[in-house]
Amino acid sequence: MSEPTDPILEFQAVNTYYGDLHVLKNVCYTIGRGEIVSLLGGNASGKSTTMKTIMGVVRPASGRVLFDGAEIQDMPTSERVRRGIAPVLEARRLFPRMTVYENLEMGAYTRPKGAGFAQDLERVYTLFPRVQERRGQIAGTLSGGEQQMVAIGRALMARPRLICMDEPSMGLSPLYVEQVFDIIRHINAQGTTIFMVEQNASMALSIAHRAYVLQTGQVVLSGTAKDLRENPAIREAYLGELQVPGAA
Amino acid sequence: MTTFDLFLQQAINGLSLGAMYALLALGFTLVYGILELINFSHFNVFMVGSFIALWTLQQFGLFGQETILVGLPLAGVLLVTFTVTMLATGVIGVGIERFLLRPLRDVKGPAAMITTIGVSYILFNIILLTVGADSKNFPNPLPPLQIAIGGAVLRLREVLIWIIATLLMLALTFFVQRTKLGRAMRATAQDPEAARMMGVEVDRVIMTAFFLGSALAGASGLIFGLYYNFTSFLIGFNAGLRGFTAAVLGGIGNVPGAMLGGLIIGLVEAFGGQLIGSAWADVIIFAILVLVLVFRPAGLLGRLAPNRS
Ligand SMILES: Nc1ncnc2c1ncn2[C@@H]1O[C@H](COP(=O)(O)OP(=O)(O)O)[C@@H](O)[C@H]1O
Ligand SMILES: [Mg+2]
Repeated sequence: MSEPTDPILEFQAVNTYYGDLHVLKNVCYTIGRGEIVSLLGGNASGKSTTMKTIMGVVRPASGRVLFDGAEIQDMPTSERVRRGIAPVLEARRLFPRMTVYENLEMGAYTRPKGAGFAQDLERVYTLFPRVQERRGQIAGTLSGGEQQMVAIGRALMARPRLICMDEPSMGLSPLYVEQVFDIIRHINAQGTTIFMVEQNASMALSIAHRAYVLQTGQVVLSGTAKDLRENPAIREAYLGELQVPGAA
Repeated sequence: MTTFDLFLQQAINGLSLGAMYALLALGFTLVYGILELINFSHFNVFMVGSFIALWTLQQFGLFGQETILVGLPLAGVLLVTFTVTMLATGVIGVGIERFLLRPLRDVKGPAAMITTIGVSYILFNIILLTVGADSKNFPNPLPPLQIAIGGAVLRLREVLIWIIATLLMLALTFFVQRTKLGRAMRATAQDPEAARMMGVEVDRVIMTAFFLGSALAGASGLIFGLYYNFTSFLIGFNAGLRGFTAAVLGGIGNVPGAMLGGLIIGLVEAFGGQLIGSAWADVIIFAILVLVLVFRPAGLLGRLAPNRS
């Protein structure tokens, strides 16, 4: 496959463990600036661990993680956020007893107040009018779809260059899934690189430029979204040939 | 004294005790909210605070209750004593966290809590061995002003305690609700991993919680001295358990809950002492602790447990 020539994020032979459990095995990814890259794989294959390794919540035992060409695998999480990586976490993980507005403020935590905060807020509100309506509401009381909008808005408040999304469509009704994918495409079109874990492979491959397939911690397949959509193994495993019709 | 006078008098006493316990309860709650750790060293940080306050007052040439100050000198002495005491206990709290608890941060089980008990005993013994076992007369430069309300007496020192405790609690509330670091503290209490991924330096947040909680314990220790005119190496136990009960009663981890719990425990102690006899105050207070733990473990203003991952 064609490797991107201008990588923003690279994994070079990364190994990550939880205690004795070897989760990521010699994993290599290259995410090009401006791409949407999707990470596919079954349960417990190490997708969330990949995201946590990027954010520095778990540290690899060996291998290198490069962001903008600099090694970040030993940097604290706060420094990674400051450099321009923001997460949209699995199951959204808003601060449940804070207001929507305070959650957005938390997204901008590493940026000096005033440095474009108002503009970024405006951008989030324009993208998600619903979030603006709900800005005073306690985040834990929002519906799942609304929470996901806040979670994406919160990531945008960091003005990131790379957003790592962990299953953004999980648990959402089809209407919201549709909307979330539209938004992801829109954010990407405005210049932010997206690295996205998704269970919903057909949706993911419909908006991604490229994808990696992870299986028990190893990259078993990678390529352009188009190639993967046409790959028989993928069609069988992820694209619904065996799925219950209508299952999201 | 009429019954009403007695009632009024105990309400006055109860509010003063309550102010002291509320300040103490806040330290338990701030640390628990973030680390889910019951910090028993807090008992004796409070006690050490009352000695630091005593020594600070002595630096002003104040030794007993004879020297009375008014006006600016009084305000100055109080301001300096509160500041020095709170900074010193705050630093002690941060030191305990940094050097004794942080190394145990990722150790599962009760190791950290047991360490706080050990630290509590170390502080207790340091004061016992250096200062001695007898009670110390606590300097009190406040003019013995008081007004009679019917048969009840309201002393200047009580009004002052209320004002200072209220200001401290307002300041803390402002900090937690309105500042960036305060917001990071709440976020960390609600979801530590997510807070970290927003760029929050969790170590700094934990340090802040220990500093603020311990500083408030210092203020509480100073108030104890001003209220009772004595201090001793023993005072941490009773007051600490009351502060802890107050935190549990309000809902441990919950800041307004600690304030409310403190006031209730203060009032219960005053009224319980009046109605049933002060020897029973402890029984009543610990009965409350047990009942809350059994029937309403989340406390009066309790809340759902934080999301942990
Ligand atoms: N904090 C943890 N401690 C121990 N094991 C974990 C932890 N998180 C995940 N795992 C294990 O690591 C493997 C990969 O998990 P994860 O990356 O969450 O998978 P995915 O997101 O692909 O479903 C699983 O076997 C899971 O049980
Ligand atoms: Mg996962």
